[in-house]
Amino acid sequence: MRARVFVTLKTGVLDPQGKAIGHALEGLGFRGVGEVRQGKLIEVELSETDEARARASVKEMCEKLLANTVIEKYEIELRP
Amino acid sequence: MKSAVIVFPASNCDRDAATALESLTGHKTEMVWHQDTDLPNVDLVVLPGGFSYGDYLRSGAMAGQSAIMRAVKAHAEKGGAVLGICNGFQVLTESHLLPGALMKNAGLKFVCRPVTLEVSETQSAFTRFYENGQKVVFPVAHGDGNYFADPETLDRLEGEGRIAFRYAEGDNPNGSVRNIAGILNATRNVLGLMPHPERVVDPLLGGTDGIPMFKSLIEALS
Repeated sequence: MRARVFVTLKTGVLDPQGKAIGHALEGLGFRGVGEVRQGKLIEVELSETDEARARASVKEMCEKLLANTVIEKYEIELRP
Repeated sequence: MKSAVIVFPASNCDRDAATALESLTGHKTEMVWHQDTDLPNVDLVVLPGGFSYGDYLRSGAMAGQSAIMRAVKAHAEKGGAVLGICNGFQVLTESHLLPGALMKNAGLKFVCRPVTLEVSETQSAFTRFYENGQKVVFPVAHGDGNYFADPETLDRLEGEGRIAFRYAEGDNPNGSVRNIAGILNATRNVLGLMPHPERVVDPLLGGTDGIPMFKSLIEALS
């Protein structure tokens, strides 16, 4: 099973990189660009085949290491 | 006062810290590798500046999980002193020895220059040789020094007198909330700060404002 973990800054936490990307998009002439937020994608290969157990294990990985929950939130996507 | 400096892969201020400690204490400082599981019998543990693990994932995130950090946590829980400088501060927040987080500088740039700080708390083993409100100049050299915590945590830090150093008004190099440059834990035996006191202990290197911190520690811990 494969897990994709999306780590992004929590709402309200300033994201200066996202802002800089937004300005660059405007500079390139893209119109109608609202707020831009940057995050990370982490892919993890798992030997676990049970979805519930895999999700629980990846959640623990997120809480312990993959995300800093003071400033970041995470979403987990599992694929067989 | 006996001291140890933890060496992570890509620590780069470990020897500066050891030199500062050895010249001011007159005792040899132990260098402890991050994969070691035990600390020598010391009063002070320093987590030095640098770019541990190449800042992979987040600054200080990997170092915060390294084997030696279990021993550092145990040392802190027993009341032992821990000083985290720059990357060491990031390691302390990542390992939850201090609250909050250090994010990318608001201006996005790596900032490397002397900054003026205000000593805002002298009731600690780290700061007793400073005056309250004293202005000191320490260098900063970081890309991720923007301190962040939720408002309740910030109010608690302020209420408990745990903000040891603030950037002087108008000299905040990274956007840190409430100008926070360094904080203490609840039991006041752990200090993390982004600026580098160990780089200002010799007039030849541009300043001596860091000396009172080491003298405070020597008096408190000897």
